[in-house]
Amino acid sequence: MLLIEGGRVIDPGSGKDEIGSVVIAEGKIMDILPGAGAPGKFEGRVIDAGGKWVLPGLIDMHVHLRDPGYEWKEDIRSGTAAAASGGFSSVVCMANTNPVNDHPEVTRYIREKAASQGTANVFPVAAVTRGMEGKEMTDFAELYEAGAVAFSDDGKPIRNPLLLRRALEYARAFDFLILEHAEEHELSEGGAANEGWTAFRLGIPGIPHAAEEIAIARDILLARQTGGRIHIQHISTKMGVDLLRMAKRAGLRVTGETAPHYFTLTDAAIEGYNTNAKMNPPLRGEEDRMAVLEGIVDGTIDAIASDHAPHDVYTKRCEFVGASNGIIGLETALPLSMALLAGGKVSPARLADLFSAAPARILGLKGKGFLRRGADADVTIVDPDAEWEFRESDVRSKSQNSPFFGWKMKGRAVAVLCRGRITHSLLHGVPPDV
Amino acid sequence: MIRMDWRRKHVLGLADFSTEEIEFVVDTARSMEEVLTRDIKKVPALRGKTVVNLFFEASTRTRTSFEIAGKRLSADVVNFTSTSSSVAKGETLLDTARNIDAMKPNIIVMRHPASGASHFLSRHVSCSVINAGDGSNEHPTQGLLDLFSILKAKGKIKGLKISIIGDILHSRVVRSNLHSLGRMGADLWLCGPSTLLPREMARSGANLTNDIREAVRDADVVMMLRIQLERQKTAYFPSIREYSRTYGLNRGIFSLAKKDAVIMHPGPINRGVELSDELADSAQSIILNQVETGVAIRMALLYLLAGGHNAAH
Repeated sequence: MLLIEGGRVIDPGSGKDEIGSVVIAEGKIMDILPGAGAPGKFEGRVIDAGGKWVLPGLIDMHVHLRDPGYEWKEDIRSGTAAAASGGFSSVVCMANTNPVNDHPEVTRYIREKAASQGTANVFPVAAVTRGMEGKEMTDFAELYEAGAVAFSDDGKPIRNPLLLRRALEYARAFDFLILEHAEEHELSEGGAANEGWTAFRLGIPGIPHAAEEIAIARDILLARQTGGRIHIQHISTKMGVDLLRMAKRAGLRVTGETAPHYFTLTDAAIEGYNTNAKMNPPLRGEEDRMAVLEGIVDGTIDAIASDHAPHDVYTKRCEFVGASNGIIGLETALPLSMALLAGGKVSPARLADLFSAAPARILGLKGKGFLRRGADADVTIVDPDAEWEFRESDVRSKSQNSPFFGWKMKGRAVAVLCRGRITHSLLHGVPPDV
Repeated sequence: MIRMDWRRKHVLGLADFSTEEIEFVVDTARSMEEVLTRDIKKVPALRGKTVVNLFFEASTRTRTSFEIAGKRLSADVVNFTSTSSSVAKGETLLDTARNIDAMKPNIIVMRHPASGASHFLSRHVSCSVINAGDGSNEHPTQGLLDLFSILKAKGKIKGLKISIIGDILHSRVVRSNLHSLGRMGADLWLCGPSTLLPREMARSGANLTNDIREAVRDADVVMMLRIQLERQKTAYFPSIREYSRTYGLNRGIFSLAKKDAVIMHPGPINRGVELSDELADSAQSIILNQVETGVAIRMALLYLLAGGHNAAH
């Protein structure tokens, strides 16, 4: 038995946001008790959550764990440690491993290694096409049975619209979801940064906005054509947000996510050829950054995901054009997103929705994303006032490719429970279970 | 001669050069030119110093120019040429840099196909670095020699209408010239087909036009750029023939410029494409003066970076 006592319990699904205590037993939430006081008699561990927010366990729906195949960049153990440290009880890992997660054996490997070595729930995403080569569909139903929660060729856009059409159509029968890395490769190829003044001045070949927007438009139209479900990953442009908004107004089954760097940074961050500000899609302009923020505020964007993309030092310590794309994000996603609260346009409940309820809803994760009796005991306790600096020495990931070192943050996860186990704790007198 | 305290360790680009620094380099180059008029064109200023020319991209004139500049100053000059980029083959640029640095040169002169490569190099070696062209970013010695050549032809920069015509998008020469000529007060015009003249370039402060006549009209200096077919994966214009007819400089168009206008080109020239034969060899062409000036500018920079200036004072 475990009691999280006297915190601000926020359950975005039911709209509840009040002081209370959460009773946990056998990996499940037994009860939520109203008020600050503890029940008269409680036999078990008590976590004092006074002054803290108690949220349904956060879910990062876009992570690269690099395992199997690139374990020197990250593996399931280090990746889930970084997740727990950043406040996540669940991660959804992409299929661009080596071998690609296009076979049930790979899916099972990820599930089993996560169960034995992980400190977070790991939900694998399987590839849409074999080897992510964009040619033949993978065995969706069998991969689903092995534990895949959705399908994506993230990292490699699906170039052939007919293939995507078929995949959406086929997936519809099972109500499977396809996560799309929206990129028109013919337009983006060779580019290394947002096409704009900064890239021109630095002599870096540009990636135009249209490369992303054309693909988003295509994906939306194919969802409309097929009635299939599609989720647009890492939206970075204003028109991308506008297209998603339009699709939702039209009642299409389309959802979308963005990553904290797209509403925190602009392409000015690549100045000095900073390879830790290189990602795909690239950091965009200020107008885009503001539009992504607006999309979060008005609900167009459903979820925030980190696109945690670990890379070893040597693929980043090189010429900008040749450097790998992506940054680590598990340990900065929540604190960077907490900056959204400052303007008052995003409430703590909305933040919990973006990080937990929405990903669970989009991906159909049972028992996740809510704080009510019967839910899995996945809980994230956040100290909204904690002031701290993100330092290289704090990083739990194997990789350190982040542009945010030295940033002063406000707010962080001070404890995380994953199915009742304490996987992360900065609280005095509350040692983690792992 | 202007005196200044030269503290710069690297020459990576003109983006962060002050006008004082630019003037100082030009002034130093003037005294180097004096050396080049002597019968024995060699001074001992860099005796015992080693200059490594690290070229990851084919180049004849820039590499030769640096080599001659180094030798005229009595430096030991070593050439390292690898036309395959470090990204494509085996050793990383970081490893190459560290290996060369371990041999203790005083100055590395690098040309590399990746923009920012020399910035990167400068962060990982202990010696000085001169950028001899990095991707589409900068070619600072070309920018300085262009400026010096114009000064010699025109006696000033301020107020001159200087038009640069051709592939603006990919040109490192343009980016360096925007900094140097722009900072010295030139009325800069950039001209080319719109596919090679990004609209964002307007933020540089230069005037943009797609009409070569507008660019050349009343110009004091017309600088033609090599149309770099090898950089283009998909065509930026329909054909060489159409490019030449629309953006090539010939006698007829050049007659719109000022009577005493000069023609420049960073080379190598595609004769008959961006520049007619006749004009390339005309009295108004200062293309070979640019090459000559280049040696003096490079001598000046090698001299300044090797500490010759501070040692002399």
